[in-house]
Amino acid sequence: MIHFVLLISRQGKVRLTKWYSPYTQKERSKVIRELSGVILTRGPKLCNFVEWRGYKVVYKRYASLYFCMCIDQEDNELEILEIIHHYVEILDRYFGSVCELDLIFNFHKAYYILDEILIAGELQESSKKTVARLIAAQDSLVETAKEQASSISNIIAQATK
Amino acid sequence: MAGTSIMETLFQRDLDDLIKGIRQQQIKESLFISKAIEEIRREIKSTDLPTKSAALRKLSYLSSLHGADMSFAAFHAVEVMSSPQFFYKKIGYHAVTQSFNDDTPVILLITNQLRKDLNSSNQFEVSLALECLSRIGNVDLARDLTPEVFTLLSSNAVRVCFKRLVENLESSEPVILSAVVGVFCELCLKDPRSYLPLAPEFYKILVDSKNNWLLIKVLKIFAKLATLEPRLAKRVVEPICEFMRRTEAKSLLFECIRTVLSSLSEYESAVKLAVVKVREFLVDDDPNLKYLGLQALSIIAPKHLWAVLENKDFVIKSLSDGDYNIKLESLRLLMSMVSESNVAEISRVLINYALKSDPEFCNQILGSILSTCCRNLYEVIVDFDWYASLLGEMVRIPHCQKGEEIEHQIIDIAMRVKDVRPALVHVCRNLLIDPALLGNPFLHRILSAAAWVSGEYVEFSRNPFELMEALLQPRTNLLLPSIRAVYVQSVFKVLIFCAHSYLLHKENISSVNTDNLASEVPESVFARMSCENSDLATSEAPASSEQHDSFNPRNINQSFGDLSIENGGDATVSNSQASTSASLGRNSFTHESIVNLFNIVELALGPLSRSHDVEIQERARNVLGFTDLIEQEILNPVVQGEENLARAETEASRVVKLMCDAFSEELGPVSTSAQDRVPVPDGLLLKENLADLETICGDIQLPLSSSFSLSSTPLGEAVDISRTNLQSKDETEPSHESTSLLAEHRKRHGLYYLASEKSEGASNDYPPANDPMSQDKLNDDAEDLLKLTEQSLAPKKKPNQAKPRPVVLKLDGDEISVAAKKPELKDDLLSGVVQDVLLGNDGVPSSSRSNRSENLSGKSKGKEKLSTDLSLETKENVPGEKMPDHVNTSSRRSKHRSHGKERRQKGQGKDGEEKEDNGQKEKRKSNHHRGKHKAHQRADEPLNVVAQTPVIPDFLL
Repeated sequence: MIHFVLLISRQGKVRLTKWYSPYTQKERSKVIRELSGVILTRGPKLCNFVEWRGYKVVYKRYASLYFCMCIDQEDNELEILEIIHHYVEILDRYFGSVCELDLIFNFHKAYYILDEILIAGELQESSKKTVARLIAAQDSLVETAKEQASSISNIIAQATK
Repeated sequence: MAGTSIMETLFQRDLDDLIKGIRQQQIKESLFISKAIEEIRREIKSTDLPTKSAALRKLSYLSSLHGADMSFAAFHAVEVMSSPQFFYKKIGYHAVTQSFNDDTPVILLITNQLRKDLNSSNQFEVSLALECLSRIGNVDLARDLTPEVFTLLSSNAVRVCFKRLVENLESSEPVILSAVVGVFCELCLKDPRSYLPLAPEFYKILVDSKNNWLLIKVLKIFAKLATLEPRLAKRVVEPICEFMRRTEAKSLLFECIRTVLSSLSEYESAVKLAVVKVREFLVDDDPNLKYLGLQALSIIAPKHLWAVLENKDFVIKSLSDGDYNIKLESLRLLMSMVSESNVAEISRVLINYALKSDPEFCNQILGSILSTCCRNLYEVIVDFDWYASLLGEMVRIPHCQKGEEIEHQIIDIAMRVKDVRPALVHVCRNLLIDPALLGNPFLHRILSAAAWVSGEYVEFSRNPFELMEALLQPRTNLLLPSIRAVYVQSVFKVLIFCAHSYLLHKENISSVNTDNLASEVPESVFARMSCENSDLATSEAPASSEQHDSFNPRNINQSFGDLSIENGGDATVSNSQASTSASLGRNSFTHESIVNLFNIVELALGPLSRSHDVEIQERARNVLGFTDLIEQEILNPVVQGEENLARAETEASRVVKLMCDAFSEELGPVSTSAQDRVPVPDGLLLKENLADLETICGDIQLPLSSSFSLSSTPLGEAVDISRTNLQSKDETEPSHESTSLLAEHRKRHGLYYLASEKSEGASNDYPPANDPMSQDKLNDDAEDLLKLTEQSLAPKKKPNQAKPRPVVLKLDGDEISVAAKKPELKDDLLSGVVQDVLLGNDGVPSSSRSNRSENLSGKSKGKEKLSTDLSLETKENVPGEKMPDHVNTSSRRSKHRSHGKERRQKGQGKDGEEKEDNGQKEKRKSNHHRGKHKAHQRADEPLNVVAQTPVIPDFLL
């Protein structure tokens, strides 16, 4: 299973973290520090796998972002690479040629999409279309809820004036 | 109140502002974040939901990306989560998923909320709750919410619980199928045996499915199952080969290869095909594939070494790959290829490679060579002389930092392998003599081992004088005190050896040429003596036979005679006499050379006797005391009268001989468990109150103190006795005042001293090589050793060797790693249950299914139906209990699953009891214990012995 997902920029800034195994906050920052040290220093023509504390970390670089996933020894590295690519493609489709800034400002959306793809560290949905459809449906739900909320707060605001 | 909340709403910074603020970095990031968190702390207490949720969202952003602590907001997250509006609910769930763990106190509060959302009519809310549950679910939540999840799953397309899960394996919808297979894949990793009965379903998927994601998972399952059931392996091997031949997807191909190599390695053709594919990986430009190819090879290496040997070129080539991971992997592979025949060749390649590579990898190489070679007591090494020289070579590699391992191995093989000692002493001499090595602190430990070896086995040394110089060279002051102490001790041993050899010569000369006056022209005598070397050797044979066997320098000298000349050539020239005499004839311990030796020792150790380190000081003083004692008597024979000479010499030789005997005691490796085998002497009561012993202790101390005073008497008749006494004790420094003080102290606090007799017999010269143990224990152990060596030799017959492999001593304490232990099946909570379901599956599908669903979905429903299921229950349980390799399902169940217990109890209980049970639900708990007992009893009953393995329908196999 996937133990955690990290998105780290080339400068070592963290853009997204998702933990499927329990780690304390302290461990989390230690893991991030350790891994970004290992991964960011690796050259471009090396393989995409790093052995780390008895696990394997599969990473892939897209533009300025490193997508990293930590898996068990017996997991299939190539499959994880494909999952990463799958995620990136869906992000790309959702944001329309995704860039780092999209992920920075819509970090929650990046999470929601990831939640559609992975559940409890396993691939949940392998169809890009389905993910896109579900995300769109949720977005519209959110929109209506938001509108309602703003209208309610407007009403309150009006009323208290 | 409302006014402030509106103000907050209007002027609150939302997430975008926060992110922009962080990115602008007008002030320091950490400062900005702590400010923002302060703000959030205030905002989150707001009663206004929009404000609260915005604050929560900001907080979860900061927590996930900047590591901010959000435990304080746990309760607020629950509040937001319980909002009816999806927008806020989503934020709340996200925060909860992100931050909750088992220790979060408010986790108990969300149970109801989760239940509500799981039952919600809005599918997205349900999915939020599920996602959340999958992440933070703990035992309590699982117990409380399982019914909801199950009803949820059975309500629409996906009906779950294992029975349904199994049905879904035949589902046509890919999403459901992949989810189910994912579940089973994960479960199989934990306890594959329980899922064997599902093999037909998996097989069907394997053959029918076109979805690569799915196939990978199924292959993973089969990799586990095939090792348990050979018939299954036979069945799946063909489809897997088919995949390998035609698939385009590398990930699937790799999974196939891995499955074949790890689980189906008996099928020659499949393995061959897989190896061909691995080869394709290896030659590929993609570093990922190269790495995976190497990894695949290392899976197969233990079983089919030919696969690795076939690709040897690639493996060696990838040692120089740019990628550290690939290098490491190929190093591992190389080490797995090592065997008796090629260990020398591979080590040669690797050592050459280590010379060229960077320090880190260099040490990685050295470390793996060392660990491979010493595996199973140097199993792969036949030629230990070669190994000794290899160790010497490793030390010379500039980046070498493996001091500790090499130190350990040098001492280890010196003690275990008798035949290697001459070669090892030679290697050690080369190390010791090189002043450059002393400058590298990583090598100091090796030097200490070298010093110990050359001191302990000095009789194999070609030139003890040269060795002495090496041990005393000025640069030794760079060493740590502890290591220097080892040096000094080795000096002592070498010195005694020289003195002894010298005296032995003299004796023989006087016995051979009785009328020759040695005192008049010693030089000429020794010159003659060296000519008569061969004569001497024969004449000495009886004399030396009373010595320890190995202590016969002459024989060795003869065998090395031809080497001695070149040896003399490269020796350091500062002691010209010694080296010339060495070149004259190896064995000439002339008078001058001995005098010179004593001079050097005194010169070098003089300053050390005032060292601040007690260990060095003590040892240096011991040596100096010895030289004082001997020097006057044997080294100045000219001054003394002839009769005097004869008398003094015999005395001196006695002293030297005693010392020599003390040192020539063979040190063997001692098993760590040796202590346990010493029988407790009769009458020794370890648990008695020690206070009564005080008087007895006082008695024991008295003779001790007298022996101390003896040792400090001026040199005389008693000297040799006291010397040996001193030697066999801890070689403490004799000093009148301190000993008397000590004696008094002992008298007063006698209890805290160890009984002094214990340390006798064990010559205390080098801590790592020597355990403090009593004489009888040594004997005891020696016998054991003898036995063990015989044992270890017997089964290991290696016919095709030109040179017989030397004996390697073994101890029963040494762990010899055989094949990896059989992984013990985990005591899995689920597996018992699952097994029951799956086993029952084929026999009685419909009723056992309902059975199962009750069992999982809660106790309350199950109770009513119990009576109807009775017969079934018993049927199901019986085989599980009697299966030998089936990890006793029943006992596990009775331990972990409370309702399982109840049901079993009922199952065996008679009809009357059932009715009672149906009526009185409150009494359940008190019955638990009885149920448990009965379950055990039942397991013991011989009645229902029906040995049965998991049922796999024959149509598949």
